[in-house]
Amino acid sequence: MANMAQAVRMALHYAEENLGVTDIFGEDVGAPLGGVFTATQGLKTAWNTPLDERGIIGMAIGLAMAGAKPVAEIQFVDYIFNTIDLLKVAGNTCWATNGDWNLPMVVKTPVGSGIRGSLYHSHSFDATATHIPGWKIVIPSNPLDAYGLMISACQEINPVMYLEPKALLRIKGEERIPGEPDNDKLLSKMIDAPLGDRSQWKPQWPALEAYAVPIGKGKVVRAGSQVTVVSYGRTLPLCKKAADDLAAEGVDAEVIDMRTLWPYDWEMIKGSVEKTGRVLYVNEDTEVTNFGEHLVRRTVEELFYKLMAPPRLLAGKFIPGIGLADPLEMASVPQQGDITAAIRSLASEQP
Amino acid sequence: MSKPRLLNREEESLPLERELLVRMHDLMVKARVLEERLIQMYKQGHGYFWIGGPGEEAFNVPLGMLMKKGQGPAYDYLHGHYRQSATMLALGEEPIGAMRQMKNVVTDPYSGGRNFAGHFSKREWNIAPVSSPIEIQYTMAPGTALAQKRHGGDGISIVTGGDAGTAEGDFASCLVWSSRKGNELPVLIIVTNNKWGISTPAETQHGETHVADRGKAFNMRTKTIDGNDPINAYLELKEAMEYVRKERKPFLMEAMVSRLYGHSSASGANMVGNEQDCLTVFEARLEKHGILTRKEMDDLRNRYSEDMAAMARQVIQEPMPGPETIWNHIYAERK
Repeated sequence: MANMAQAVRMALHYAEENLGVTDIFGEDVGAPLGGVFTATQGLKTAWNTPLDERGIIGMAIGLAMAGAKPVAEIQFVDYIFNTIDLLKVAGNTCWATNGDWNLPMVVKTPVGSGIRGSLYHSHSFDATATHIPGWKIVIPSNPLDAYGLMISACQEINPVMYLEPKALLRIKGEERIPGEPDNDKLLSKMIDAPLGDRSQWKPQWPALEAYAVPIGKGKVVRAGSQVTVVSYGRTLPLCKKAADDLAAEGVDAEVIDMRTLWPYDWEMIKGSVEKTGRVLYVNEDTEVTNFGEHLVRRTVEELFYKLMAPPRLLAGKFIPGIGLADPLEMASVPQQGDITAAIRSLASEQP
Repeated sequence: MSKPRLLNREEESLPLERELLVRMHDLMVKARVLEERLIQMYKQGHGYFWIGGPGEEAFNVPLGMLMKKGQGPAYDYLHGHYRQSATMLALGEEPIGAMRQMKNVVTDPYSGGRNFAGHFSKREWNIAPVSSPIEIQYTMAPGTALAQKRHGGDGISIVTGGDAGTAEGDFASCLVWSSRKGNELPVLIIVTNNKWGISTPAETQHGETHVADRGKAFNMRTKTIDGNDPINAYLELKEAMEYVRKERKPFLMEAMVSRLYGHSSASGANMVGNEQDCLTVFEARLEKHGILTRKEMDDLRNRYSEDMAAMARQVIQEPMPGPETIWNHIYAERK
């Protein structure tokens, strides 16, 4: 099975062939590197930009205005912060012009911890992104969703923020992307650029199929009756594993992958919480003014009388950064043990 | 300053046809009267904030006259700022739209009552939405220009802003992205230099002799021009545009202009006495050369004043947007 980086690459290839994507660009996005995570290798519309994040976002806005279909990359989300006002403008353009303009553009950027990225390659962006109205915000937790969400993002007529959990980019999927070969080695041979001289290299793309994960739709990745766990991105597989492990202890947890942070699938969350009476929101952004706090508030306001326990949030510590040393990173953002313990504790909590 | 056009002090004749001069004058007067009407609306309480371009008509009118108007990459894009009303009128826009935006009524054609005066937007003519954060439009112009270069034809992207804003990194972004070797883009980069950033004089903040000189480092054609002379501005813009259209390469033009009513209503929106008024100077020339008489010019101004007073009376009767409309157009929907 493809890993997430390959899935993104294949989706972008499908999009430039079939969905009108005209430009895939950013720092080191074009040949020879094809992106620092290899997600843009071999793409015919990929090109390298100056080292200028504001220029990259401005270019995307301009291209979108002129009828092109850009996919812009910010190499690491840690470097997107100097573009916030441009992101706000991209998000408000349709509204500010009373519907006259719309900007079909995608911004993709790797987020989160998990690769020992220290202070400036570990940031999360979910709290900030969900604070910028006018965008649709997606974040996959596995290669198939990464493929399907990118297809949907490229079909959108509004700005889409595509957050790539960098810890998962090299992880192979458990489900086949429609059209990918069964043999991983063969896939790699076909679409991974070789080491060394790549000047003559051309990818052999598999016959990919349109497979879209609708924006705004979550997914129940594990059904359960006792407690609801809602997550996305890097922490989603950890939640799933925690729920599977806890089954042996008699804890029956339902796990929901949000997949889209805005507009999000409240109906799915609500239905699950009404059934279980308990909910834990898990993400790795810093916990103060965290997107999960919004979900907790909505849970309290709309589902208060259905709850058996307070809604909980497990998130990153509110500290200035993520330290490089292993114990520092482990202590800063939720890890497997933290999540398992939090679910176990909530599941047994009684009024 | 690059070599100015040699204009004989006692010029024998004006270097543009009479019809063009008359049209240019008409639009300059129209734009001035509009701005003065907007200021009056503000002072009468028919608007929360005024910002505009009185003093820049001599440059902004020719700009609008020379633009290739239409929608899509075959036509020119304007990434303007909030002193562009004269350009809009020169393109053929009706002045009532600016008043509607001033009064923030539901009929405001640019933002439906959501945005400040002078924040134009018109997709049908490639007028990109003006926004308040200074200089951000300079990051977007290379984007539309890239689409134009690829599309073919002679459409160009025009970006305008003030001198103070060139301190922002976005100005440098525009220079870098427009002039990449082998990937040069058809961007006409304009700086209207009124020598002020709100209350701060340019000379206290900028070490460069001319803003336009900054383009030289990027191997682009540059020029600093007198933007208070509409004939000069017309000829210089025409030449610069022809270069950008044909060569598909950037050009950095700095136009020296006046700021006749201060920065905005935040600084009082009062007429200043110490800046050259491009309209007064132009009218003297037109009169001297027998293009128009004083009476003709006064009549024109009076006619526009009456027209726009009537428009303003109409606009202030129009309804405000309803509170429920805040939810409209957050996202575009497929038609």
